Amino acid sequence: MKNTLPKLSLGPVQYYWDRNKTFDFYERIENSNIDIVYLGETVCSKRKLLRRDDWLDIASKLKAAGKEVILSSMTLIEANSEVAALKTLCSNVDFTIEANDISAIQLLKGQSFVSGPAVNIYNSHTLDFLVKKGLKRWVVPVELSKNSLKDLQSAKPDNIETEVLVYGRLPLAYSARCFTARSHNLQKDDCQYRCIDDPDGLLLSTQEKEKFLVLNGIQTQSARTNNLILDIAELIELKVDIFRISPPSNHVEKIIDLYYQTIHNHYPVKKASDEMQKLMPSGGSCNGYWHGINGMDWHESTLDRL
Amino acid sequence: MKNTEETKMELICPAGNLPALKVAVDCGADAVYIGFKDDTNARHFAGLNFNEKRTRLGIEYAHKRGCKVFLAINTYPQSSGWERWKKAVDLASILKIDALIAADIGVLDYASTNYPELRLHLSVQGSATNTESIKFFHENFSVQRVVLPRVLSLKQVEQVAKTSPVPLEVFGFGSLCVMVEGRCILSSYVTGQSPNTFGACSPASAVEWKNTSEGMETRLNNVLIDQYKDDDAAAYPTLCKGRFEVSNNTYYAIEEPTSLNTIELLPQLQAMGVAAIKIEGRQRSPAYVKQVTEVWREAIDRCYTDVDKYIAKEDWLQTLHSVSEGRSTTLGAYHRPWQ
Repeated sequence: MKNTLPKLSLGPVQYYWDRNKTFDFYERIENSNIDIVYLGETVCSKRKLLRRDDWLDIASKLKAAGKEVILSSMTLIEANSEVAALKTLCSNVDFTIEANDISAIQLLKGQSFVSGPAVNIYNSHTLDFLVKKGLKRWVVPVELSKNSLKDLQSAKPDNIETEVLVYGRLPLAYSARCFTARSHNLQKDDCQYRCIDDPDGLLLSTQEKEKFLVLNGIQTQSARTNNLILDIAELIELKVDIFRISPPSNHVEKIIDLYYQTIHNHYPVKKASDEMQKLMPSGGSCNGYWHGINGMDWHESTLDRL
Repeated sequence: MKNTEETKMELICPAGNLPALKVAVDCGADAVYIGFKDDTNARHFAGLNFNEKRTRLGIEYAHKRGCKVFLAINTYPQSSGWERWKKAVDLASILKIDALIAADIGVLDYASTNYPELRLHLSVQGSATNTESIKFFHENFSVQRVVLPRVLSLKQVEQVAKTSPVPLEVFGFGSLCVMVEGRCILSSYVTGQSPNTFGACSPASAVEWKNTSEGMETRLNNVLIDQYKDDDAAAYPTLCKGRFEVSNNTYYAIEEPTSLNTIELLPQLQAMGVAAIKIEGRQRSPAYVKQVTEVWREAIDRCYTDVDKYIAKEDWLQTLHSVSEGRSTTLGAYHRPWQ
């Protein structure tokens, strides 16, 4: 039986972008080959250049352009004000919610939801339990390998969709501390929104100049861009329903197009991979987690078989 | 809140082996927490932890002296390892452990469904940082206590304490995780092994100490974490505590080698109704457990009997400093400017 081809999704923007840049960005996405768009601030509740109504406005336009729209919730919820904002978000009946913290699942009270990559689903017992709570789609935690995913895929109900982050810098950690503010000798409460100067985050290198991590406010990312373009055949074989692209500040339409052409029009993966190397933010690429090795490593064996 | 015997904060101490457990019990811990000898717990280090026989001996020793024993099964099993976690929970029930500390939803579901009499605590690895998350674990698995991640400010702890359906346990002292526990995979990014999957952060097998003409280098799977001039003492290369370059400055970009110490906050934590203070350090020696347990036992007793006159004594602070990472301590996220 021929597998259904995977859909493409655009994850929530992880960085703090200028208001106009954000609006322009999503206007361009309306005309892209993306099927699903996740919207909203997921990293820092202080980032408020776009208010709730702005996000809903973008959501409506994308929906009108034929995209499935999901509203993403914050990942680290601590303050009462953050809980209150989450309650408002979860009361929205027009769009499905991507839960990035267990608190969102609690507040959704059985409504169907998507679980984001920071919800720890490492085994089918956890997945089954959350299905009972309304999970209809899950984004695979980024440190899980294809072997683990294979086990999970074989045990899950058919109607539950699986989404894998195939492209983008990896979210590796969250903290109460803002590392961007720290890099400017500022405290979080007086951060002056300096993260707006880093549309792809702030690069952290080792003392021997190896590009290592990226500081994005309270979030720490990989400097390398995770790219599973060489592993597309395996992803399809494992019946991954949705490929997620986590947007960098530049060239996202080109990345979407290369994935689309590779999936639908047999565009050569090696060629796509080479082209993407020139498009990604500095730091190079990795795909180690997928192959069950160090996350930062790059494994090319898949290519040998093609 | 009025001080009664019910509201006295419990002191929860770490034990990586039987001698450490005995010392903790002897020095006045209210409970000792341990793990089995495998990747089912977040201190999965060579030569550490308890087999079944030693667990039995530990429980017997502790119970005879009125001390409880908690067991951590607080990593995230993948499907291929599920049987190991299941057996660990089965054994916890057979051994009549006083509380099981777990994080994974699948593990909690298995434990609460099959062993309703087994008391469950949500591990810090469960990443519950707000009351709604706590409600989820309480309503679904009857979790009876939650250990808070070390990312909340004192005010936020108070807010959660007011609205949480279950009592809270907070970290008082020990190595400081800067990141939300259960949500940090920096370690597997570099070494393939993380606290979630393997029960270790920056594992020793990936560490390299290298003497060079420039001084000592510390590497983790060949990634340079820090380098030291001849006179400086090199710290263990926990990867969030190295010196890195950001915007042409070289500094501790994430955190310095330092330990959390909240002993001066005890009266406030007590007033909030915090149920228990947890001491980190199952990987540390019995000597560490002895020193730290003695200090915290005295501090909690003093805070309870005469809270108005409570101050952190100089000799307590000196003892705690002497066993701290980098010989320095911080209030961490409890103190808002740290954030």
